Amino acid sequence: MSNAYRTKNSTGLINKNKKINFSFNGHTYHGYEGDTLASALISNGIHLIGRSFKYHRPRGFLGVGVEEPNAMVQLHEGNKSEPNIMATEVELVEGLKAKSQNCWPSVQFDIGEVNNLLNRFFPAGFYYKTFMWPKSFWMKIYEPFIRKAAGMGVAPLQPDPDRYEHNYEHCDVLIVGSGPSGLASALAAAKNGARVILAEDKANFGGSLLTDEVTIGNMSGKEWANDTVAQLKSLPNVIMKKRSQVFGYYDHNMTVMIERVSDHQENPSKYTPRQRLHYIRAGEVIVSTGSIERPISFGNNDRPGILLASAAKEYMKVYETLVGKKPIIFTNNDTAYSTALEFLKNDIVPVILDTRNNSNGELVKEVKQKGINIRFNSGIADTKGHLKIKSAVIGELDKDKENFTSLESIDCDCICMSGGWTPTVHLSSQAGNKLKFNEEIDAFVPDKKRQRESAVGAANGSFTLNQSLAEGFQVGFDLSNKFTDNNIETNTPNSKEPKYEKHERLWCMPLPQGKKPKRFIDFQNDVAVSDVELAIREGFRSIEHVKRYTTLGMAGDQGKTSNLNGLQYVSNIEKKIVPEVGHTTFRPPYTPVTIGAIVGREVGNHYLPTRKSPIHNWHEENNAVFVAAGLWQRPRYYPKESENMNDAVNREAANVRKNVGICDVTTLGKIDIKGPDAPEFLNRVYTNAWLKLPVGKARYGVMLREDGMVFDDGTTSRLSENHFHMTTTTAQAANVLSHLEYYLQVVWPELDVNVLSTTEQWSGIAVAGPKSRELLSKLFPNIDLSNEGLPFMGLVDTNIDGIFTRIYRISFSGELAYEVNVESNFGLHMWKKIMDEGKAFNIEPYGTEALSTLRIEMGHVAGAELDGRAVPFDVGLNGMVSKKKDFIGKRSLSKEAFTSEDRQTIVGLVPLDKRTKIPEGSHIVENDKVASPVPKLGHVSSSCWSVEYNNPFSIAIIKDGKNKIGKNLFAVSPLKDISIPVEVVSSHYVDPDGERVRS
Amino acid sequence: MLEIKCPYCGKRSQNEFSYGGDATVKRPTLGEEISTEDWDNFVYFRDNPRGKHTELWHHVSGCRQWFKASRDTATHEIFDTCKMNEAFNE
Repeated sequence: MSNAYRTKNSTGLINKNKKINFSFNGHTYHGYEGDTLASALISNGIHLIGRSFKYHRPRGFLGVGVEEPNAMVQLHEGNKSEPNIMATEVELVEGLKAKSQNCWPSVQFDIGEVNNLLNRFFPAGFYYKTFMWPKSFWMKIYEPFIRKAAGMGVAPLQPDPDRYEHNYEHCDVLIVGSGPSGLASALAAAKNGARVILAEDKANFGGSLLTDEVTIGNMSGKEWANDTVAQLKSLPNVIMKKRSQVFGYYDHNMTVMIERVSDHQENPSKYTPRQRLHYIRAGEVIVSTGSIERPISFGNNDRPGILLASAAKEYMKVYETLVGKKPIIFTNNDTAYSTALEFLKNDIVPVILDTRNNSNGELVKEVKQKGINIRFNSGIADTKGHLKIKSAVIGELDKDKENFTSLESIDCDCICMSGGWTPTVHLSSQAGNKLKFNEEIDAFVPDKKRQRESAVGAANGSFTLNQSLAEGFQVGFDLSNKFTDNNIETNTPNSKEPKYEKHERLWCMPLPQGKKPKRFIDFQNDVAVSDVELAIREGFRSIEHVKRYTTLGMAGDQGKTSNLNGLQYVSNIEKKIVPEVGHTTFRPPYTPVTIGAIVGREVGNHYLPTRKSPIHNWHEENNAVFVAAGLWQRPRYYPKESENMNDAVNREAANVRKNVGICDVTTLGKIDIKGPDAPEFLNRVYTNAWLKLPVGKARYGVMLREDGMVFDDGTTSRLSENHFHMTTTTAQAANVLSHLEYYLQVVWPELDVNVLSTTEQWSGIAVAGPKSRELLSKLFPNIDLSNEGLPFMGLVDTNIDGIFTRIYRISFSGELAYEVNVESNFGLHMWKKIMDEGKAFNIEPYGTEALSTLRIEMGHVAGAELDGRAVPFDVGLNGMVSKKKDFIGKRSLSKEAFTSEDRQTIVGLVPLDKRTKIPEGSHIVENDKVASPVPKLGHVSSSCWSVEYNNPFSIAIIKDGKNKIGKNLFAVSPLKDISIPVEVVSSHYVDPDGERVRS
Repeated sequence: MLEIKCPYCGKRSQNEFSYGGDATVKRPTLGEEISTEDWDNFVYFRDNPRGKHTELWHHVSGCRQWFKASRDTATHEIFDTCKMNEAFNE
């Protein structure tokens, strides 16, 4: 049986000299180079591919490309496994493994098919009706069951091993689709000098020219396509992309295209990506996406072996594959006759059923001349054959074509149906084009455009070759000339094609008398004519509602073959014309896109940029455990031997309180502020006064947003009369810079001030603890670091090893502390110097956890308290607010709500047992025994183990905090099911008068 | 993704910019008495027009300049952009 279904002539695009082995459901077969998985399977006589979504009905191929709704398979195995792949879109490659999905135990015998027998219990919307009671069953029983039963493929659980890339492109004219109109547009635009990208989804350029018997100039359509492709390839201003689908059309002519780079290669080289996602910003987009054939609804029209007539023709002409040897052609138009002629070339005589009363189109005449009997005014009522079509019940239609007058059964092994053609308007619609209904072709076509997009050829409803070429050459020239103004016009060649007569407006066959076989409209979602009737009967009128209730057109194929037939049927029942019913919205992606391609190289460590301080390597060498602080990697703690995190943090923090610690604070935001109006600017930005800050002094400042909420805090120092150095928190550094730029550029452009980020220019090293002065005095013997020489909030510039060094006496830990700043490149050098000198003082590095412990104990607020909901009063910063001057956000502070006594304000908490740590985020309540909802007083913002008192301590923000001090409350965490009795204390737990920092 | 013309750098993709809201809002003068209602209007209330909107953008991953854009909020068409001290060419 191997490859028994091949055509007589080898005039297609497969290479019979190269055999390719593959397996399907565990059996090994072979095909040839140039085959798709679909054509290879069909050539081996296999049509049964999978089971349908809802009823588990046996299904085969309907189409030959992206329109395929049925033939989805699971490809590959293990971590490369990929579900729901259209077999029509997979190029055959040696060793390819594919299997059927949504069936068990096998595609031939599927237990789930019981759904088909029970189908009267599963009409449209059944899950809204059937699975309502009891309510609690939905989440645990009904939903998982339905999800399992109604299925597609299985997603792999391992990480995707493949490589995907992103590429950004710009061009004057992007042309989507390489059929006659696409090639014509590309040639015209390229010859006129425009930068052109031509995208083709398939493995071969040419579109319908590969299957249609036409003549262009003195060449066949196929020859002309090859010739044009060769011309285009030779031009330097053209990028040709095959295996590339433009699937999304977004704002400002941004389109996204997926390119299958190595899916079809047997052994791609190591760094070749599997797929590449191209973001193309096109000056103009030409949509030459062609059209898709419409199926016809008739009884059991979904059996394997029933497919579109155009697909059957393409399998023969391009893939040299016969979809059957005993075909029925069923059509309402002329184009299917070209499929009939193709069968005749293979000495196969098809039965032809035409719903029309007659036709004198050129192809019909040709068939008639060959002596083939055409049954006009006829249709199919029903079909038989469980796993593959075996016979059809056919008959003549009455005058109104609403009933069959007689029925007979005839044997067949395939049915090639054609309900006419639907222009592929998805991209135009995505671009915002308001479609209009063209009654001549009974389909929607692009109309008023919103973006720079032009449809040509069949996508524009122009179904003749003459029209397609004329439009293509004209539009290609016009659009390219907007960019080049070269005025080089390419002549449209003469073309010859058969003349067609009009189709009949009939897409749904009557039922055979006394029977009710399902007549499918949407194959992928198992939506039949009866479901649409039910929706209308139940009162759904808007097409959007009918769509959602029946799920018509909502499957992965986006209703490529079903939307228009569904619309037409609703229109028939409602006795309206189609444009009155309207159409549903087309949304990207046009075809399914692998998540891996969307993610691209932004995986793992490449997900975000990583920022490292110049001292990072030292931290690594010294066993630091890192934590992400925005993009920065900061040492969290430095465990020694068997220490756990708590042990290490307590040791590090205690050592700062007792001896001296060193901490890398390079990540703090730093902004250089210069200009004659700099003091005035700072005075407006910060809540406290800045005009009189002496040169050589630092000051702590708080800035608000206009709504009065604390935005950021930090110390800023005056380096000279008009030069300041601002520090911000690590988290808000970028936002503060934007904030300052906003006020300088937008609000107060009259202020003569410049701001510049210097975060990466300076490396900062905090040296904190009672022995810090002694240590630095040894390192910098030439400067006076005494309390008088460099008092709290002072700064001094010095020099060591020829390195400019600025020492600030500022403290975050609440201890006597300094911050040593050097130019970034010398950060590591300075750090090592301090460490060496510090050995004698028992210096130890401390990470962000110990840093937090130290600031929490002292009641210093940080990000957890300054969460965008706190005014200065809430977090004990009232003293920082100037009464005299105005500043950003000041007016908000006098609003009633922000001065209310019962606002939530900052306090400290100590557990009564002095042992249980209070989880951050816990709720504070007065009584934990009352029924819920328990009135909430506030929440715990920061927690630590106080190394000073050796018990847990937390900062909390609670209602009327000041008056709660001394009271006992409860910290509850319902998530962890704990309730901790706590005492409310001052948030300044250690050294409340701040004596140490000034010592 | 929108394509925005920075008046200093030229056309760039939207991911280089951040949005800054209604450009016609005037911040009250510092130190001036202002009613709560007027202040609230400045801080909280913005028109949300369907159609033409004059707005601020910040070329945050570029030249770091704030500038004005005239954009249709329904279609995203950008009619013009200009520096803060300029007017649109309309």
